[in-house]
Amino acid sequence: MADMTAISLPVEKSRPIVNVSERHEARVAWMLAAPAMILIVLFIVAPVVAVITLGFTDFELGYSTFKFVGFENYAELFGDRTFRQSLWNTAIYTAIVAPASILLGLGVALLIESETVGRSFFRTAYFLPVASLLVAMATVWQYLLHPTIGPVNNLLNLIGLPGPNWLGSASTVLYSLSMIGVWQTVGFNMILFLAGLTAIPRDLYSAAEIDGAKSPIDRFFLVTLPMLGPTTVFVTTISIINAVKVFETVKTLTEGGPNKASEVLLFTIYQEGFVYLRVGYASAMTVVFLAVLVVMMFAQYRLVDRKVHY
Amino acid sequence: MTNTLSFGRAFRLTLLSLGALIFLAPYIFMISTAGKAQSEIFTSSLSLIPTQFFYLENFAKAFGRVSMGQLLWNGVVVCGLIFIFQVVIAIPCAYAMAKLKFGAARLLMALVMLGLLVPIHATSLPLYVAFDSAALLNSYTALVAPFSISVFAIFLFLQFFRAMPDDLIHAARLDGMSELGIVMRVIVPNAWPAITAFAIFSVVAHWNDLYWPLIVVSNQAYATPPLGLLFFRAAEAGDDYGALMAATLIITLPLVAAFLLAQKRFVEGITMTGLKG
Repeated sequence: MADMTAISLPVEKSRPIVNVSERHEARVAWMLAAPAMILIVLFIVAPVVAVITLGFTDFELGYSTFKFVGFENYAELFGDRTFRQSLWNTAIYTAIVAPASILLGLGVALLIESETVGRSFFRTAYFLPVASLLVAMATVWQYLLHPTIGPVNNLLNLIGLPGPNWLGSASTVLYSLSMIGVWQTVGFNMILFLAGLTAIPRDLYSAAEIDGAKSPIDRFFLVTLPMLGPTTVFVTTISIINAVKVFETVKTLTEGGPNKASEVLLFTIYQEGFVYLRVGYASAMTVVFLAVLVVMMFAQYRLVDRKVHY
Repeated sequence: MTNTLSFGRAFRLTLLSLGALIFLAPYIFMISTAGKAQSEIFTSSLSLIPTQFFYLENFAKAFGRVSMGQLLWNGVVVCGLIFIFQVVIAIPCAYAMAKLKFGAARLLMALVMLGLLVPIHATSLPLYVAFDSAALLNSYTALVAPFSISVFAIFLFLQFFRAMPDDLIHAARLDGMSELGIVMRVIVPNAWPAITAFAIFSVVAHWNDLYWPLIVVSNQAYATPPLGLLFFRAAEAGDDYGALMAATLIITLPLVAAFLLAQKRFVEGITMTGLKG
């Protein structure tokens, strides 16, 4: 696209005029872009530089002085039981929520796409959690999963099963939060997959049928799945990044408990930085968090470059 | 043949309906529980229709403990201001990058791509320290300012503007329009699909955001809806789920209602912003 704009610029004008108008164009462009540029530096570049710098200091809010401590914060991080637990929990949560919400999103999208009845109803039903306030819906889930008065356990008791203490026991809390996470994100992935599905040209399916892909399952693997490649890569990246950023449900429902069983990365950073006010140490954690995001993004770029060109 | 087909369809519909029921169950129980008395919540959680209608009492409690009107108003003000700043700042920048030649365009593109990687969670510590030392905590400024720039908006509009025909802009220039005039009278009127899509993305993101408001706001007067609900829960000792469900209902309703009314736009918006993000 950018090349096309460059080509269409007039070239046959005499030199001085071009120079003057080009200089004028550049000046106007600067003026139009300046507010955005200043704000990017102010609210993104400077804070990122600051957070990396602070990670090497022992800065605590409320103290007027601080000193550089080199890699001390990072050394402390590796020995920090809470931080290690929190990394591990975040990894487990992501390993459950990302694949489950991608597969369910794809499944629901395929079912809806092939159905003629009630399409918009189903789409609305599955998408509703995305449009709902997560903190509010987490509160509803807390009631649903209440060990004694919650409907879920009452239902389980009805068929003779003992209901676990979903959010209150260290052995189930992470899975309960994952379940809420899946419930919340399936609709978003479904919408993206539905858009990907509608973009597949119909005649590819008939061509595949002529070529011998008689069953719908054959056609799914021959046409649908490869054609959904770019969508799938994108949905996967978004799902992983969003799962790594889990915070709302943990803050609302468990505060990292019981016994740190639901301590996740952003919650630990929040606690260290904004509750205990150990800004330097929390900055080092933030750098680790940022590094995780950067690695994910680069993995996506490489995957998009290599695998999904048709 | 027709038999297996209709069996397949029945299976598909059952699966979809069961799934939909599970996905909608929280809403059904929220609406049901918001109308139950405390004693009924403790005894029969599975009956959906309250034996005595306690809606008025529960809603009165919800409105009494935390001023819900103020919360919703804060949400509207904060999301509205954020969206206006984002659009007013991103559109001219994206136009310059898409249609004008200037030396900093590549640097700017690099900054935008870098910015896409950085969520508020990564910048919140230094920003908090800065807002704290400027005595700006507990203010609309603190809630809005960090989001006044959206690199995602620049990225989205850039894609959209690049696809716009150059002839449109050349014609406007020949008519003697200034570049700012072109942005306001040619570009913006043609960019409504992108602007609506971005509006949905932005409002949903900031209406739901808990992290940043939690950090900079401790005074209820500036609480946004998610934060307000946390305050409400904190003020609510014990398990008064009736009032709690009434409160969640009030707070969830605006965005859900907006979604139900403008569903087509929502879906378009998600696909457009989602697929290009």
